[in-house]
Amino acid sequence: MAFYDGLFRVLGLEDWCGGGDSAAPLSMADLLSQNSGEDSGGPIFPFPSLDNLSESCSGISQTRDLTKGIEDSFLAAKPALKTVLDPITQPLSWMLDGALWLFASIPWWIMIPLLVFISWKASRSVAVTIFVAFSILLLAFVDHYDVAMQTLSIIFVCTGISILLGVPIGIAMSKSNRLQKAIVPVLDLLQTLPTFVYLIPLIFLFSVTESKLYGIAIILYAIVPVIRLTDLGIRLVDKDVIEAANAFGMNSNQKLVKVELPLALPNIMAGVNQTIMMSLAMVVIASLVSAPGLGVNVLRGIRNLELGVGIVAGIGIVLLAVILDRVSKAALSRVDMTHKTH
Amino acid sequence: MTDQPKVRLRGLYKIFGPRDKEMMTHVTAGMGKPELLEKHKHVLGLQDINVDMQAGEITVVMGLSGSGKSTLIRHLNRLIEPTAGEILVDGEDVMKLNAVDLRQRRQKKMSMVFQKFALLPHRTVLENAAMALEVQGVDKAEREKEGMKWLARVGLEGYENHYPAQLSGGMQQRVGIARALTSNSDIMLMDEAFSALDPLIRTDMQNLLLELQTELHKTIIFITHDLDEALKLADHLVILKDGAVVQQGEPQGILLNPADPYIEDFVSDINRARVLRVRSVMQPLDAGQSFAGDVQLNDNLESLIAVSGGDTSKTYRVMEDGEAVGQLDMRDLVKALVPRVSSSEAK
Ligand SMILES: Nc1ncnc2c1ncn2[C@@H]1O[C@H](COP(=O)(O)OP(=O)(O)OP(=O)(O)O)[C@@H](O)[C@H]1O
Ligand SMILES: [Mg+2]
Repeated sequence: MAFYDGLFRVLGLEDWCGGGDSAAPLSMADLLSQNSGEDSGGPIFPFPSLDNLSESCSGISQTRDLTKGIEDSFLAAKPALKTVLDPITQPLSWMLDGALWLFASIPWWIMIPLLVFISWKASRSVAVTIFVAFSILLLAFVDHYDVAMQTLSIIFVCTGISILLGVPIGIAMSKSNRLQKAIVPVLDLLQTLPTFVYLIPLIFLFSVTESKLYGIAIILYAIVPVIRLTDLGIRLVDKDVIEAANAFGMNSNQKLVKVELPLALPNIMAGVNQTIMMSLAMVVIASLVSAPGLGVNVLRGIRNLELGVGIVAGIGIVLLAVILDRVSKAALSRVDMTHKTH
Repeated sequence: MTDQPKVRLRGLYKIFGPRDKEMMTHVTAGMGKPELLEKHKHVLGLQDINVDMQAGEITVVMGLSGSGKSTLIRHLNRLIEPTAGEILVDGEDVMKLNAVDLRQRRQKKMSMVFQKFALLPHRTVLENAAMALEVQGVDKAEREKEGMKWLARVGLEGYENHYPAQLSGGMQQRVGIARALTSNSDIMLMDEAFSALDPLIRTDMQNLLLELQTELHKTIIFITHDLDEALKLADHLVILKDGAVVQQGEPQGILLNPADPYIEDFVSDINRARVLRVRSVMQPLDAGQSFAGDVQLNDNLESLIAVSGGDTSKTYRVMEDGEAVGQLDMRDLVKALVPRVSSSEAK
């Protein structure tokens, strides 16, 4: 009846296949065609896919068995993974919850001046500072202050952790070509995978109610540039200067602290800037897995077709993005350590 | 101070490449640089270097680009590891030092001045000058005092708080020299230290170095590809070619008696009258000789030609500290001015 019956007969695999093809569960397409009452003719020469082959030979499993198998093995591995990963990642939940709580509980009349003050300290630019103040006040005026602060607090925590982990990884990479060769493909993978894709295994591992779920997703995505640029920055440090450091008898710690890191700082800061921007991009997507903040409103706009809600939240995200970018870029331009422009 | 040389290189070989030790057999069997590169993809950097560098002298290593000068000087503080041979500093084999001792040695015993200055761009001039002491763990007040002292000595008073990028090349190299001097080491390694500077500044810096040297008596190893610079600074001149020493000795001697055509080519272009000195061409004092006048031992021939008005028939008495030490016939002087060109013209 099925196209490949003949093939298995010729190969003499009938016995292995088992007799009745009725034993195999029906595919969705078959079910549909049965329901509609017509016999499915199908294409003349169907592709030998798992589903088509198993029609002729029930010994071959269907694709849905494959996906089921993957799911099962994941579920089987889950307890073991959880016992390892849960304690390690638990502090992340605490930090995120703590930051959310902190940003929410500081009254606006302290928080807004504080943020403006931080922008001033970081950028030393009047224009940037005024823009920051204006943007936050505008967000607050349209009642988006709370959600914006939620987004901001998540970004602070995730960027902070990304830097804390990323800079040492970058340093280690710059010191060892072998480590670099091993890590670069991982970084490429993290950067090229569509962001939705690595939400999937994370959802399996952690429950959606835990904040670390979106924390991990954001950090995995955002940590890449700071690692890359730390590595690059240190490798780009002038060889002559390193030689001078060696000639004057510096040990490797002194070289790192007194020469390499200061000279790599502009690159590292460029990495931090990108990390901040990528955290913001991801925190919006992570609202799919219960990350609070402006992304939730965007999601609401999409789900309920509430155009206005979505657009206002979208503009809020743009404002946050511009603020974060301007402030971190202004800070970046201040750390030009070579003092060429004086 | 004993008679032993401050720095002594014995049978030093350097081959660049992953299997440098194996290549030694080929090189000792007489394989040359081009052949080694072609057959085995290894670069012969230095071959059989034997040089003694005396304390308190300026040893100049000269050679064309790629002759291995930088490679040679970097062996002294082991920024490059030799393939074979001994490096003795104060009679002690540098190769036997462990990492900690080596660092100690680099901090206290040898300082280095670089062609491209290699200052720390994020530090002020003073912080750069004090860097060597900072590495040694000297406290801030003390090292800044030393730094200020040497900056003033090289003529950079008032620039302490500038950053290197705000200074001209010549001033940056003064910082480089101050940094080397601050470390208070008795050996100074200078790799083409003045090559990146324009001619006038370069002359200034050479004079500064000579002036410092009369006062400090460091052991200086100076790299250059410029013969005029070499002749001006050198107490001992080492000429490298393709990683091998072709001639070494007192510079005036090399000038008058070049050992091979390579060096003849080298020395044929320079103004000999300005470089050669009376002491190199004078003869022993001849009793009963009448003299047209007195000249000093270290006068150069140019000044003597001016004094004689170009008259080659005269003979002068050579004086040192008020005592007659020899005589100089103007005809000898003229002969010395003609560079000896043997093989290249003979061909
Ligand atoms: N790390 C290395 N690997 C391979 N070959 C090298 C290396 N360093 C130097 N060499 C080779 O060794 C030779 C000597 O180089 P070196 O830098 O010592 O020359 P130099 O006399 O200082 O020249 P320059 O005047 O251009 O500075 C050159 O042929 C160079 O190509
Ligand atoms: Mg060189």
